[in-house]
Amino acid sequence: MSILGTRVLRTEDPRFLTTGGVYTEDLTDDRLAGACHVFFVRSPVAHARIGRIDASAALAAPGVLAVYTAADLADLPSIEPIMAGLLNAKMTRRPLAAGKVRFVGEPVAVVVTEDSYQGEDAVELVDVDYDPLPPVVDLDNALSDEVILFEDAGTNTVVEFGNASGLKPDLFDGCDVVVKRTFANQRVAPAPMESRAAAAVWDADGRLTSWIPNQGAQSSRDDLAKMLGLEASQVRVITPDVGGAFGAKFGADPEHVVVAWVARQLGRPARWTETRFENLISMTHGRGQRHAITIGGSRDGDVQAYRLEIVQDGGAYPRIGAVLPYLTIMMATGPYSIPNAEAIGTSVATTTTPVGAYRGAGRPEATAALERAFDLFAAEIGKDPAEVRRRNLLPPFTEPHQTAFGALYDTGDYAAALDKALEAAGYDDLRADQAIRRQSGDVVQLGIGVACYVEITGGGDESGPPQENATVEVHPDRTATILTGTSPHGQGHSTAWAMIASEELGIPVENFTVKWGDTDLIPVGGGTGGSRSLQQGGAAVQQASRELIDVARERAAAALEASAGDLRFDVSRSAFAVAGDPDASVALADLAKDERLFVHSIFTAPGATFPFGTHVAVAEVDTDTGKAMLRRVITVDDAGVVLNPLLAEGQRHGGIAQGAAQALLEEVVYDADGNPLTASFADYPIVSATELPSFELASMETPTSYNPLGVKGIGEAGTIGSTPAVQNAIIDAVAHLGVRHIEMPTTPMRIWRSIAAARSQPTQSQPTQSQPTQSQPAEPESA
Amino acid sequence: MIPAAFEYVAADSAADAVDLLARHGEDAKLLAGGHSLLPMMKLRLAAPTVLIDIARARDLSGISVDGGELVIGATTRHADLATSELVKTEAPLLAHAASLVGDPQIRHRGTIGGSLAHADPAADLPMALVALGGSVELTGPAGSRRVAADDFFIGFFETALADGELLFAVRVPRRPGVPWGYQKFVRRANDWAIVGAAAIDGRIALANMASVPMRARTAEAALATGASPAEAAELAADGTSPSEDIHADREFRQHLARVLVRRALEHLS
Amino acid sequence: MQVKLTVNGEQRSDDIEPRLLLAHYLREVCGLRAANIGCDTTSCGACTVMLNGESVKSCTVLTAQAAGQDVVTAEGLATDGELHPVQQAFRKEHGLQCGFCTPGMVMAAVSLLKEIPNPTEDQVREGLEGNLCRCTGYHNIVRAVLAAAAQSAGSQAEVTA
Repeated sequence: MSILGTRVLRTEDPRFLTTGGVYTEDLTDDRLAGACHVFFVRSPVAHARIGRIDASAALAAPGVLAVYTAADLADLPSIEPIMAGLLNAKMTRRPLAAGKVRFVGEPVAVVVTEDSYQGEDAVELVDVDYDPLPPVVDLDNALSDEVILFEDAGTNTVVEFGNASGLKPDLFDGCDVVVKRTFANQRVAPAPMESRAAAAVWDADGRLTSWIPNQGAQSSRDDLAKMLGLEASQVRVITPDVGGAFGAKFGADPEHVVVAWVARQLGRPARWTETRFENLISMTHGRGQRHAITIGGSRDGDVQAYRLEIVQDGGAYPRIGAVLPYLTIMMATGPYSIPNAEAIGTSVATTTTPVGAYRGAGRPEATAALERAFDLFAAEIGKDPAEVRRRNLLPPFTEPHQTAFGALYDTGDYAAALDKALEAAGYDDLRADQAIRRQSGDVVQLGIGVACYVEITGGGDESGPPQENATVEVHPDRTATILTGTSPHGQGHSTAWAMIASEELGIPVENFTVKWGDTDLIPVGGGTGGSRSLQQGGAAVQQASRELIDVARERAAAALEASAGDLRFDVSRSAFAVAGDPDASVALADLAKDERLFVHSIFTAPGATFPFGTHVAVAEVDTDTGKAMLRRVITVDDAGVVLNPLLAEGQRHGGIAQGAAQALLEEVVYDADGNPLTASFADYPIVSATELPSFELASMETPTSYNPLGVKGIGEAGTIGSTPAVQNAIIDAVAHLGVRHIEMPTTPMRIWRSIAAARSQPTQSQPTQSQPTQSQPAEPESA
Repeated sequence: MIPAAFEYVAADSAADAVDLLARHGEDAKLLAGGHSLLPMMKLRLAAPTVLIDIARARDLSGISVDGGELVIGATTRHADLATSELVKTEAPLLAHAASLVGDPQIRHRGTIGGSLAHADPAADLPMALVALGGSVELTGPAGSRRVAADDFFIGFFETALADGELLFAVRVPRRPGVPWGYQKFVRRANDWAIVGAAAIDGRIALANMASVPMRARTAEAALATGASPAEAAELAADGTSPSEDIHADREFRQHLARVLVRRALEHLS
Repeated sequence: MQVKLTVNGEQRSDDIEPRLLLAHYLREVCGLRAANIGCDTTSCGACTVMLNGESVKSCTVLTAQAAGQDVVTAEGLATDGELHPVQQAFRKEHGLQCGFCTPGMVMAAVSLLKEIPNPTEDQVREGLEGNLCRCTGYHNIVRAVLAAAAQSAGSQAEVTA
């Protein structure tokens, strides 16, 4: 009986449920004994020159060991933007702000105390003079270059992916219907439950050991080394348990560098944990794109042309967020066959928190824009949005399909996903319920939203093709150890990798120890992000296990004095036996007695894979108050073969919740001066259990040929389909009143205003869409 | 996110607490459940140098009947109000309001005295008290006095409590079987109300429509002269001066007030 | 100042600063680090423990306020190495991913089931409104609480979600 595909409970859990995970703040490692505590003084203004910094009162406060500013860190190199050839390389950053601050929350000074309770007291006593400069918050203002953030750069534009001059003016020629709209894919906060933290200590040889909650110890090591001006070999990064990351804990942040520097400066270990306030204003934010879409086609519902123009808010110091439009553009036409399509993007710097990756990182944005465009188009021609989608989906394919934007989709059956989701939702019944409520003018109206998506997972990066390494070792005591280059933070790799190896080696899942996140033990690894881990890391574990059997076979042949070709490996006994003579056997573990039995293997994937699916959301809107309530979310998320349904469902649930939250609730808000208004969990409405229903997940598995497991990446898919499905559902609930669009998040005030505005319009001349295409279009609602 | 340093003393009775307040002056604050005060201290929005813990003062606890009124000790927790059979029978509006404050953990700590003294215009219990036409018993160096709910909330997070006084008990009229309505408009379940409305016995109170929990007096007057709930509710926003924030501007809040008052009047429990 | 309280059944006496939050007392003085601190505004519930048998957010309780009282943390739930039924249910239903919110979530669930032994799904969601989770979308947490309730009720009712 294969263990693959079964709901194996997590081997990680007993520890987490009893003594709890050991996160960076929990560490009691001997090497950190006597650690001092690090606190940051952060800018309260969005854009200013830094004047005098007076630390005298702080230095006199109890327990204060030191106060440092940029001048003290002058020897550290500047932090260049990632992909500095691509992004404007002049937009550099100092680990502590030097000369200028460019966002509220930027660290300006660091206070070091004996005791953790003394830090906040001392931070309050550091007096910084700021000479304010005009804030740059509005995207058009930023693009105008009227106020420049980086004098040396001479512009606020970070990078352009194509530009307007390349757009074809005749793209929409021949379309009966053309719809244009501009809307936001708003800035959100990743807000993992564990905020950022670090601990650092140097040994007598000048080697740094740093504990950082991250998404890959190796890239944290590389970043730290670079930012400290060290060789990578002089740095060891250890990843403790990580309390969630969602794309915002890659590499190293300036604060991590400062903590390490302080430890070296003071010759003692140093520790830091940020508050939630600091997290919400200085951990990288997600999304932050503005979309101008144009969609055109025939009255029958063929979409003939689509254009997407993106402005990406990069925040103050360009990070991966500024690059994401590249992925948005690549996925611009999603699962559809659209004969003429263009997409361009510009990333611009603003005096706000830097924007990074957040679950989906560029792909949710593409789907959100496209799915909103499809609904706008469907509304314009008065046809059912599901039917319009079906009509335009790419037909099923098993051989790779190249899109106009250079993506090579591996396998897909988009119509099957749509059909399955609609059936599971009971779509026709929902439309019937909706019609009844519309007839009777119920205060609470029903809306159904559909979103079809395809997404890209597990691609390579600028360092090379997609690959991951694993070491699998069998021990004489019948246990085994796996070393992986991935870096789980809730995904359950200990269990999943053990399942994969167990399947090959016949060693029970409970007998495996899986290790990651120590660069001395595993110097090379790609970490966990972009939904890469199973298709690369899991595949590497499988490959290493299979290669281990090959190595063991040779030893078994010697041990049994038989030829290797006559031996069979019996997984159920975890032993080699001579064919036809089961008593002539040797256990796999026994072959490790005299010599270590392990294999290190690198799995290289042919390319990225493309999971896909359809989400259907059902929402109710109280038309008197504008309150929207999410009632059902039905999804098909096809990420190929499912290794462990329990884990896969958990990833889907988490993704759906975050995606729905963006549509319904969450937004990082700045005022016109660049002051963050959502800097606590009281103000930033992170979604809680009461706003969400239980989710309905339908199964569909279209394998990929890109790895022997047949798996694609599932971690981000849920986020991609749910945002537009929920937004579309809420708008659909009031579409019969004439509403065509509501910005995200669909707050009660926005919904109420949209209804009021639509009601005050003169009667629409086009039919409003309220029924599937088989019926007559409804009479237009009178205002 | 930790408070500035302070001294901590515990009072074993109301009189003891009044003495301690007198001794320590305006740098001292009373601590009951601490779920209005401690969050502010952790954000360094308040920094008293002395905390006087009254949670264990026996004469500040308990719920009893006194003629036509319920008498509720200041340190009565929201969870206890919400589950008390006595309160559910005699002042169900109050029990309901208490059941909506924050979340279960907060309700296990927060007290009615603390909530009323904190006087957040968006909070449940201040609005409930105003709707019920209750009163508070205050005690201080000059003795004890009663202040009606309508006179207790005098400004933004400001009450009629004089220096050195403490809120001893809360009194609400017993109204078993009298229909009541309560509407709390939130985006997430444990948020403060964007707007709230409570109605009973011809009285209508609003949360977050001014710097204090206020009465919708024009709407009340209309009801008193025979207007229907819908007609009266149209006047619910009269005299309100709601603040504006990321959730709602003035116009939307006033609209919500009208809708919520109508629903409070039409969906009486 | 001196405080005496009972933590996971053990009587303790410690010298503390008045402003020491119960959360930090449990973590730093008692060495019980399962409860985590996830926010500044009493919103997230990751720090939830039981005080006299009721769930409280230990970040908003002074250690001094807990003097003479009884605190139980997630570490104190299991008896004789056997997971508490709620802990077992969380495992079975995959109600945890990164685990950061989990000890607090479990304590809140235990407290909820004491007060409402047989909750509906809505009551579970409302009962957990004080606990935030970023990983699970709450779906399996709700299943776990309902399963634990069903198990305690001795019922064979199938959990559907």
